[in-house]
Amino acid sequence: MSALLESPPITARSTEPDYVRMSSLPFVKLKHVSKSYGFGQQRREVLKDLNLDIARGEFVAIVGYSGSGKTTLMSLLAGLIRPDFGTVMMDGREITGPSPERGLVFQNYSLLPWLTVFENIALAVDQLFPNWSKEKRQAHIEQYISMVNLTPARSKRPHELSGGMRQRVSVARTLAMNPEMLLLDEPLSALDALTRATLQDEIEQIWERDRKTVLLITNDVDEALLLADRVIPLSAGPGATLGPAVEVDLDRPRNRKTVQRDPHFKRLRNEVLDYLLGEGARKKPHRENVAVIAPRDEPSASRRQPFVVSN
Amino acid sequence: MNERKFRGDWIVLPFLGIVAVVVLWAISSKTWAPNLPTPWKTWEVSQPYLMKPFEKRGELDQGILRFTWYSLILVAKGYTIALLIGTPLGFVLGMSKMFAKTFDPIIQILRPVSPLAWLPLGLVLFQKSEPAAIFTIALCSMWPTVLNTAVGVRAIPQDYLNVARVLNLSRMKTLLKILLPATLPYMFTGFRLSLGIAWLVIVAAEMLTGSPGVGGFLWQEYNSLIYEHIILCIVTIGVIGFILDRLMGLVERRLQVAKA
Ligand SMILES: Nc1ncnc2c1ncn2[C@@H]1O[C@H](COP(=O)(O)OP(=O)(O)OP(=O)(O)O)[C@@H](O)[C@H]1O
Ligand SMILES: [Mg+2]
Repeated sequence: MSALLESPPITARSTEPDYVRMSSLPFVKLKHVSKSYGFGQQRREVLKDLNLDIARGEFVAIVGYSGSGKTTLMSLLAGLIRPDFGTVMMDGREITGPSPERGLVFQNYSLLPWLTVFENIALAVDQLFPNWSKEKRQAHIEQYISMVNLTPARSKRPHELSGGMRQRVSVARTLAMNPEMLLLDEPLSALDALTRATLQDEIEQIWERDRKTVLLITNDVDEALLLADRVIPLSAGPGATLGPAVEVDLDRPRNRKTVQRDPHFKRLRNEVLDYLLGEGARKKPHRENVAVIAPRDEPSASRRQPFVVSN
Repeated sequence: MNERKFRGDWIVLPFLGIVAVVVLWAISSKTWAPNLPTPWKTWEVSQPYLMKPFEKRGELDQGILRFTWYSLILVAKGYTIALLIGTPLGFVLGMSKMFAKTFDPIIQILRPVSPLAWLPLGLVLFQKSEPAAIFTIALCSMWPTVLNTAVGVRAIPQDYLNVARVLNLSRMKTLLKILLPATLPYMFTGFRLSLGIAWLVIVAAEMLTGSPGVGGFLWQEYNSLIYEHIILCIVTIGVIGFILDRLMGLVERRLQVAKA
């Protein structure tokens, strides 16, 4: 049965309209994914039995505690690391390595310090669009630089930029790659509220326009609710798991000012927070993993709470 | 330490230091070291070599900068070979743990061997003095480049490599666009240290082979009992070494910015 689902006959696939495929096959699928770091005594389970389906074109946000394994989850999806158990699939194929199809905005920006803003983005664009004319590539790069308001800094090197500016370069680089799926690892965390709002709008517009599949990791529940179709909380580690998904059935475009007063928005926010502060914060010892969580080395008080904008 | 700075201290203080050493030298030659030429005597006798630095009066009687030029050319040859071998070797050592484990002990053993020990071997191998000198320079000056390049390659942050992986850069492109620029600051530190050693070795090499150059000149003048010229050579060697190091330092500093 599952084999049938995973490799449908070619005829069926090509005659099916897009929406049928979209509903029947998840674009991205995580099945019983676990990941640990370290060996022997130091071994620490970061992610435990994660299951996640993302439809093509869906915008999913994941919120969770610092250090719970969000970046680890992103690296798994990007293909930078492989899971210890379980599979990560995209488009019916297992993800075995990184690919420019899945554009990743690294949490630590990962800009190359010897290249200017322009050159950092050009490295990606030149690599991915070698058939374009030089002028077209140039224009493409400039377009994304101006989108993140960095045209005046286009010839600066990363060490001459502020943290927020670096983050914007990193976002521009990934968007300029025009990937099928966007993996955004706290892409706006270092930005002020205004720039943050601008780039939130930009991300939403890109998503609306190209219907890219987006997975956004954020520590800001409001940001998640504002942008995503679905918000999924990630419980605190070690052995973090995904909590119940919260469907965000608010009409788009969502206005960040009015939505704050919407009682439904507040209800959704509470749903996410309830999980994160309740069950997701102190994982209840299930019968089968009592032994695993017995050596807790992290007092729960030291965990940072997800950041919430209150009004 | 609360030392006050004053205008022009960068030139005045070094000058005072030089004066102090010259005074000490003068006192020494007047008291406990009668064979040591006095500073003014040294100046007098060295004048023809300094004032007409490029003149060639005979095979072993040439202006001091002419001799220096010969030495520099020899150093350049050996140094170039050192870099051409040392840099790729460092890269391989940095990238492959197995390779590093295999060759690290042998490198650690060869590294401290004096040029005076290599030179005879070079003479045995090549039968001629110039290739022997080049061989010695290359072999002695290679190690800082090898080791620093290896350290630089090992220090490349995983993030940079992840960028290369996400972009699907080919091996060649990863080398040229990521590995090489990321290692360059370390490599250059190695280059600078290597040049220092190469310059150190040249004197020993020339002395033993008697080839024309500052080192050869020094040895010849020692044998001719013209001690003033020994000091002239020492000062020249020091000044040239200092200038070379500064020039490399300038380039290195520019590269360090990219490291941040
Ligand atoms: N390469 C690694 N080797 C060993 N342990 C690691 C490694 N990467 C992450 N960890 C550990 O895994 C856990 C989860 O890390 P991760 O970076 O995924 O957290 P995160 O949720 O992204 O945190 P933050 O919100 O601070 O970015 C942490 O306890 C961390 O110490
Ligand atoms: Mg993270």
